[in-house]
Amino acid sequence: MTTKNKTQARREMYQRAVLESFIKLNPRWMVRNPVMFVVEVGSVLTTLLWIQSLIGQGEAPVGFIGAIALWLWFTVLFANFSEAVAEGRGKAQAESLRKARQDTPAKKVGKLKVESLQVEGANVEHEIVSSTTLRKGDLYLVVAGDILPADGEIVVGIASVDESAVTGESAPVVREAGGDRSAVTGGTRLLSDWLIIRVSADPGQGFLDRMISMVEGAKRQKTPNEIALNILLAGFTIIFLVVCATLLPYSIYSVDASGSGTPITITVLIALLVCLIPTTIGGLLSAIGIAGMDRMIQRNVIAMSGRAVEAAGDVDVLLLDKTGTITLGNRQAVEFIPVNGSNTNELAEAAQLASLADETPEGRSIVVLAKEKFGLRGHTVDGMHFIPFTAQTRMSGVDFNGTQIRKGAPDTMIGLIQSNGNGVASNLKPTVDSIARAGGTPLVVTRDNKALGVIHLKDIVKGGMKERFAQLRKMGIKTVMITGDNPLTAAAIAAEAGVDDFLAQATPEAKLKLIREYQTGGRLVAMTGDGTNDAPALAQADVAVAMNTGTQPAREAANMVDLDSNPTKLIEIVEIGKQLLMTRGALTTFSLANDVSKYFAIIPAAFASTYPQLNALNIMRLATPESAIMSAVIFNALIIIALIPLALRGVPYRAVGAAQLLRDNLLIYGLGGLLVPFIGIKVIDMLLVALHLV
Amino acid sequence: MNTWLQLIFYFGTLLLLTKPLGAYMAKVYQNERIFLDPILGPVERFLYRLSGIDSKAEMTWKIYAVAMLVFNIFGVIAVYLLQRLQGILPLNPQGLGAVSPDSAWNTAVSFASNTNWQGYGGETTMSYLTQMLGMTVQNFVSAATGMAVLVALIRGIVSVPLSSPHFENSKMGGQRGVGNFWVDLTRSVLYILLPLSLVLALALVSQGVVQTFSEYQTVSLIQPSAGNEAQVIAVGPAASQIAIKQLGTNGGGFFNVNSSHPLENPTPFSNFLEMLSILLIPAALCYTYGKMVGDTRQGWALLAVMTIVLIALLGVAVWSEQSGNPMFAKLGIDQTQSATNPGGNMEGKEVRFGIVNSVLWATVTTAASNGSVNSMHDSFMPLGGLVPMWLMQLGEIIYGGVGSGLYGMLAFVIIAVFVSGLMVGRTPEYLGKKVEAYEMKMASIVILIPVMVVLLGTAVALMTEAGRATIFNPSAHGFSEVLYAFSSAGNNNGSAFAGLGANTPFYNIALGIAMFIARYWLAIPVLAIAGSLANKKKVPASAGTLPTHTPLFIAWVIGVIIIVGALSFLPALALGPIVEHLMIFG
Repeated sequence: MTTKNKTQARREMYQRAVLESFIKLNPRWMVRNPVMFVVEVGSVLTTLLWIQSLIGQGEAPVGFIGAIALWLWFTVLFANFSEAVAEGRGKAQAESLRKARQDTPAKKVGKLKVESLQVEGANVEHEIVSSTTLRKGDLYLVVAGDILPADGEIVVGIASVDESAVTGESAPVVREAGGDRSAVTGGTRLLSDWLIIRVSADPGQGFLDRMISMVEGAKRQKTPNEIALNILLAGFTIIFLVVCATLLPYSIYSVDASGSGTPITITVLIALLVCLIPTTIGGLLSAIGIAGMDRMIQRNVIAMSGRAVEAAGDVDVLLLDKTGTITLGNRQAVEFIPVNGSNTNELAEAAQLASLADETPEGRSIVVLAKEKFGLRGHTVDGMHFIPFTAQTRMSGVDFNGTQIRKGAPDTMIGLIQSNGNGVASNLKPTVDSIARAGGTPLVVTRDNKALGVIHLKDIVKGGMKERFAQLRKMGIKTVMITGDNPLTAAAIAAEAGVDDFLAQATPEAKLKLIREYQTGGRLVAMTGDGTNDAPALAQADVAVAMNTGTQPAREAANMVDLDSNPTKLIEIVEIGKQLLMTRGALTTFSLANDVSKYFAIIPAAFASTYPQLNALNIMRLATPESAIMSAVIFNALIIIALIPLALRGVPYRAVGAAQLLRDNLLIYGLGGLLVPFIGIKVIDMLLVALHLV
Repeated sequence: MNTWLQLIFYFGTLLLLTKPLGAYMAKVYQNERIFLDPILGPVERFLYRLSGIDSKAEMTWKIYAVAMLVFNIFGVIAVYLLQRLQGILPLNPQGLGAVSPDSAWNTAVSFASNTNWQGYGGETTMSYLTQMLGMTVQNFVSAATGMAVLVALIRGIVSVPLSSPHFENSKMGGQRGVGNFWVDLTRSVLYILLPLSLVLALALVSQGVVQTFSEYQTVSLIQPSAGNEAQVIAVGPAASQIAIKQLGTNGGGFFNVNSSHPLENPTPFSNFLEMLSILLIPAALCYTYGKMVGDTRQGWALLAVMTIVLIALLGVAVWSEQSGNPMFAKLGIDQTQSATNPGGNMEGKEVRFGIVNSVLWATVTTAASNGSVNSMHDSFMPLGGLVPMWLMQLGEIIYGGVGSGLYGMLAFVIIAVFVSGLMVGRTPEYLGKKVEAYEMKMASIVILIPVMVVLLGTAVALMTEAGRATIFNPSAHGFSEVLYAFSSAGNNNGSAFAGLGANTPFYNIALGIAMFIARYWLAIPVLAIAGSLANKKKVPASAGTLPTHTPLFIAWVIGVIIIVGALSFLPALALGPIVEHLMIFG
């Protein structure tokens, strides 16, 4: 997209948001937000008072009441605008998603046995139907070039799929029946081959549909903390309603008692009320929530509920899969250790030869290590016969010139040596054990059924993980590494990566049990997963992130889906959750701290005619009672607009302890909230005077 | 110098006694062995047997609240009937007749709700029987009610849900209870209030406080004048009532002028003891709280919050009174402090107490919801009067009433924890218990109700002819008097600004309603919080948990209290004491 297009799109978005802010004035919509509803009622009342003053019965000058009414309307509109802008960002994304979800023709297949489907493959008999008629459990066929009509699980076939419509990632991904990559999403496009797919979601309930409704915020429900905060804000609103309502009799009595001046006007009372009730946070509250979801989406994470985003901030325990999250996906050879009197060069050469045809990352790393450390260039020789790894032999290698070179796991290789009547070298077992103890994987290399030595394969911990975990510790989050390795290996990697704890030889049951244990202890657990066997644990975890590449059951059990399938993202998700809560807390503090200055502006002004002595409280030296009240109201409206960027971006989160976070935020939003309006109101007052508006 | 010494001596003694008494009370409520067991244990068990109470039975918060309410309403009815029937009951040497229905209602609610607002004059209205069986008994049990509700809340914070759904009391449906109201009530009276009152009453008698059943004494004047040869001196069983009225933050005097009466508070030492008793139990309960939640730092932190606010406001009041009144200066009255002159504004103060002890009393009696007086607050300087008024308006949480002060404070702590918890990016939790929508609703009610009662009550009084009729100084000062009356009743303090004719049907009924709402509509949501917290899992603390005992948190709680208090009452105060101050000093 060009810059010009972007600017254009942004302008359109803002235009739509302005329109939306007016549409949202509908009281039935406004009543969901008690604070802003009060402001709207106040706006209506002042407008009526203005009309009354136009007719000639006004309680105050026409211009003054009119200006107050206008700015109260602005206050409501600005709050609506913030919500509309926050929604607008999601709407743009929803628009592009919706394009992918058009009605597409589907090749519906009769309900046949899997075996017969495997036989018939792409030639299976099918009828063309509309995608909207597909129901859960139906089967359909797609061939290269087709748009997938519905979410589903691959029954037969392997193919490459373009998922850019969902993930924004243009590189095609491979999807196949069975295993952990069998889920497909409606709206994506098949690039090659064919697939037979079982539908997993009825129309309108597919992944894309849920995504659209989430990003649009249409089905957004208030989250627990948001509800609690709303109650607090409603409480404050009631207090200020009482404060302002009782001020009228107080004022009438004071006028009677002092025998001078006139009672406070309804217009001023409404202005005071709107200035006092927490409009800043009240107006921005829903924008903050939507923006939190939006920040997830920008990081390519789709949260299935706002509740999940909020829970992410509370997480105490992170369960992280070792492979792919903590370590690079693959082990690498780091050392050749000869045994039985052979030398290292000899071992390196044999290991390299045995791995020439080994295309696994481990095999590659052996070839590379031999080349880098010993200058050996792997070359094939005529007559070489490579023996691939099979589940039966559990070893691989090469035969040439009558020499047999093999490599494999220690148990298998010792078995091979002994079955050929050879003795096992005395230093083989200790070498193997010491590698295992250090967290590595030993591979034994033999030549002609005699041990040459051991290759040390090692898990490589990703760069920066240790620092990351230290940060998490500071945030009060415990990290637990989950691995299928034996406890010895696991302990070594855990120590190297700097996680707090580990679960070795993890089975799905053990994972589930671990999560339950933590939860019984009052902790909130987050985890990532992709396999079907992760589904129970994902369903149990408080924050469960499924990889988009994962299986359908995993994606359904989780409450978030990571479109990038990046397990490390869990840490970012936690930060976004915390940001969401922090933004609410900070703006609540700011909003309430603001009130102090507004009293100093409005109280001397409101009672100027009865008690001119109260002007001593006018510490801002505001020009006239009218300008003081106007300035407070204008500041109150403008601060909403000024804080929209903060509400959308969120208060920055830093990984420091809770006490320090509170201190910093109190200084910025508490003390700042106390002082900023004094300056702001004074500046507005000076402007009003300079422009001769009062 | 003298000022400082007196203040340091007062607060020093208070803090010295906080820990031993607090630890003792924690033992009482946790049913641990105490040295009074051999004497009082049999009495306690006899009382349970007599009234058929199963002392082991737990109550859910709802049952606890019902028991509390029923007991208190019974108290209201008993005190009402005593007043109405005292003319035909014994122990009435002066032959005082029935109290008017509206005044009897007001007084009954006033003493049951631990307010002790007195629209009547003690020595001219109440028989000895009414004073002893009505006032004194309510002084004990209303204080014990506050303590019981607090203990229930602490249990809610401490306890964890029943682990097995099978282990349950069928009446409670697997719910975790908050204790047994009857037991908490009985133990509060028996082990805490009675022994302390006994010691204090004896000490007061030693200073000359009267304790007798004999009728009022007629004495001849030392300097008789024509037609004025003799004076009737009111006496009665005063010491026993005064001890508990100070200890239980009740404050209702035996005599009309309360502790400025020479037979109620004769010497500087009795004055010191009575002032000390006002804050003694509220302060010690902070330590009890810390002890019971297993972290005494939590209790000290709350005590620090209370003490800092109190001392700051005390400073304002002392300064304001000591600076004197410019209007007196115009009349040529010497207000400079010297060895023989207390200096400052001495109007309405007893010469034997002087400025510091009068202001200190006024401040602590309104910080705690005591309300007894040894000087007339109406005659304080405007800012000197603002301090006691605002201390009540803060919700009677700066020490506050016995029990009720701390549970009110905990409602503020819950609000403070909620906002600060959000600010550190976690669902807020206090001592391991998550603070969620339900707790916010209840805590908001606790904060909302007194504000509404005070502001709406004042508004009603100012709008009605009946309310305006008995304002003796119609001016900003008159406004203060009405505001003070409703602040006192609406926060269960009971002190009066005076200058307002409050023994009228209008004020008796209106203030009675205010006292009733302020007491019970707060205790019930507090118990609801207790019940909800009791059934919540405890979240173990981590580095991400906000510590609630640090100076930062103390400062934050103070900030929340001051901001909420200021935002709620600044407009009203501006039309009363603030404008009055500006008028005098202009």
